[in-house]
Amino acid sequence: MSKLKLAIYWAAGCGGCDVSVLDLNERILKVAEIFDIVLWPIAADFKYADVEGYPDGSIDVCLFNGAIRSAENEHLAHLLRKKSKILVAYGACAHIGGIPGLANFFRHEDVVQQVYKKAVSTLNPEGTIPAERTATQYGDLTLPKLFGRVRTLDQVVKVDYYLPGCPPVVEQAWGAITALASGKRPPAGSVVGASEVSLCEECKRKKAEKKIREFKSIATFQPDPEQCLLEQGIVCCGPATRAGCGSRCVNANVPCRGCYGPPAGVVDQGAKLLSAVASIVDSEDPTEIARILAAIDDPAGTFYRFSLPSSLLRGAQHKETA
Amino acid sequence: MKRITIDPITRLEGHGKIEIFLGDDGEVADVFFQVPELRGFEKFCQGRPVHELSRIVPKICGVCPGAHHLASGKAIDAVYSVDPPPTAKKLRELFYSAHFFHSHIAHFYALAAPDFVLGPDSPPAQRNILGVVAKVGLALGGEVIKHRKIGQDIQATLAGHQTHVSWCVPGGVSKGITEAERQEIIPLAKSSIEFAKTSIKVFNDVVLANKGYVDLILSEPYKLVDHSMGLVDAKGKVNFYDGMVRVVDTAGKKIAEYAPKDYLQHVEERVEQFSYLKYPYLKAKGWKGFVEGQDSGVYSATPLTRLNAADGMATPLAQSEYERFYSTVGGKPCHAILANHWARIVELMYAAERMLELASDPEVAGPNFRTIPTATPHEGVGTVEAPRGTLTHHYVTDDRGIVTDANLIVGTTNNNAPISMSIKKAAQGVIKRGVAPTQGALNMIEMAFRAYDPCFSCATHSLSGLAGFEIVIKEQDGTVVHRIAR
Repeated sequence: MSKLKLAIYWAAGCGGCDVSVLDLNERILKVAEIFDIVLWPIAADFKYADVEGYPDGSIDVCLFNGAIRSAENEHLAHLLRKKSKILVAYGACAHIGGIPGLANFFRHEDVVQQVYKKAVSTLNPEGTIPAERTATQYGDLTLPKLFGRVRTLDQVVKVDYYLPGCPPVVEQAWGAITALASGKRPPAGSVVGASEVSLCEECKRKKAEKKIREFKSIATFQPDPEQCLLEQGIVCCGPATRAGCGSRCVNANVPCRGCYGPPAGVVDQGAKLLSAVASIVDSEDPTEIARILAAIDDPAGTFYRFSLPSSLLRGAQHKETA
Repeated sequence: MKRITIDPITRLEGHGKIEIFLGDDGEVADVFFQVPELRGFEKFCQGRPVHELSRIVPKICGVCPGAHHLASGKAIDAVYSVDPPPTAKKLRELFYSAHFFHSHIAHFYALAAPDFVLGPDSPPAQRNILGVVAKVGLALGGEVIKHRKIGQDIQATLAGHQTHVSWCVPGGVSKGITEAERQEIIPLAKSSIEFAKTSIKVFNDVVLANKGYVDLILSEPYKLVDHSMGLVDAKGKVNFYDGMVRVVDTAGKKIAEYAPKDYLQHVEERVEQFSYLKYPYLKAKGWKGFVEGQDSGVYSATPLTRLNAADGMATPLAQSEYERFYSTVGGKPCHAILANHWARIVELMYAAERMLELASDPEVAGPNFRTIPTATPHEGVGTVEAPRGTLTHHYVTDDRGIVTDANLIVGTTNNNAPISMSIKKAAQGVIKRGVAPTQGALNMIEMAFRAYDPCFSCATHSLSGLAGFEIVIKEQDGTVVHRIAR
């Protein structure tokens, strides 16, 4: 029997998803037993032109990581969709937008101004901004267009399965991939390689009653390593985050920030977190409730840390000036 | 006028593109190196609580997240005016030694070795880590995999996670290690030193024993005469985690040595319209353009320049390899960019030896791994040596610790101008008048940037991915005259 064909691609991500595959360590040789790799830019020299030449639907499984930020990311998403039988959104950026999605809090123009004009180490009296086209005496140089909004993979093409995490825990991810390859396929659109329930249900910390009168910041507070972080007043995204990571952050005594996305049945992770946090405030007095909640720094950037592009709002809604 | 486009370049972290213009005489007229993406971390770090940045900025790069995590952690300590206790500093440096060990193994064996073990013009389909393993055998391949894993495992033991770590908190780390965990790390560190010895032997057998490679390393197209930057400890030795930033000029004379917080007095960045990546230069020299030499502001920050800037290595086996290095390459400073691969091996040994030193110190398992800050947050700078060069994070906050400004100068960004210039020199060296360049020749142009182990995901705080490349040579009217696919 001929081997299955596997493609691994990175768009607007960080390479951590590719490193997670390398973390299979000696089992990486297993990958080569099951699959012929037909695209894996970090490790192999296959090229866009090769992919263009593959018959449509000839790639059995494509693991696509990274968000969609540029015209090139978008082009590769369409190309790999066309060439792949199963397209998997691998990792938080492809799944829910990830950290690059925080840019959706800002206007693209403001991002550009900050980097090229306002950055304190930058000297730019001419106000030069990188351009999509630059004329030289020899010919034009081009740069790809950057979109104003970061998008998830499924906002650009149809996605068959989602494998969450920043990056995914490789044991679970690999189990899910080999299951897909062997024909054991859950319903299209499923989240695989993770649990259905929230992180709190798998978290080993001691839990009592959640009644919060004061939120604290780990900047100036060292939490107890055994007790529920939320009960200690530390904002933890566990209640609205899918389990499956092995509680790696809470085990390091820092709160969850939601990289596995929402659990089954939750559409908007940030809204769910907002309601979870609001429900544990131990007061009936509106003034006191306001005081308690005001101690939470940057609620939007915390509750939507990884999921802003996939949220109902997609990002900040800017008032256009006349 | 003909043009050769290499897009995207491969076997590096991140995305880059090379445009080569050939004059009517067939000689290289000019070369442009472009970085085609931007994510804008400097902007979206604004509004976040500063202590959260050490969890956000590692997402700049999944290949060297540990470097960003620690630079950020140190900047946050400075924002809160808090000095972590000795246990915290030692734990962080132990973590970081393991991080360097993993990163240098990944670059040397997976990204650089194919060019030397298999040869610059070997078939492209084999020019990867699997080809290297096939050539050197499963025994050595297994050792490579095992020791990269050791680097990752030590990081996970310390910080709970080997890739995107959430461990540094203002004034220290979120958790310590037990005495039993410390005891488990010691044999791993010892094994790492043995592996670094093996790597020195591999470099000897594959590269130094081959006169062709030694000549290539020392050849003019792969030389770039610029200033050298690197972090040094109190004794002037290479240090990855802490110290003063030292700059030596093209002749090896010290021209600056400053505390990281003073970086703005020494480094400035320039914007070019054709690339999303900025160009740092030495402020005292000023930007004189893409030129080499003593009067230029162009400097590099790489494994090689760390060795150039420092007085030596702080551990014995690394020091002995350092001495052998300079006696072989013809003295100090060295401007042969391909010598970076050897410098990386010297540093691999230092990382392994430093791991053992730190793991052997009972204080790393001590209970005092954090000092809770009490000062009002304001402003701070944190610098470490990333595997790819000097990395600086600079944050300003309001009184609540909410970030109002963030500035980042990352390892590879330092090297943007040197990489551009090295690519041009290599192109001028390998492209011969009237001869259509082979894929091997074009790979030899790529070897110029690969020497720097660049990470353009870091540099642009963005990433758009790698792939193979296709070279299209067009007439000025756009007619394709030659196409090479690899």
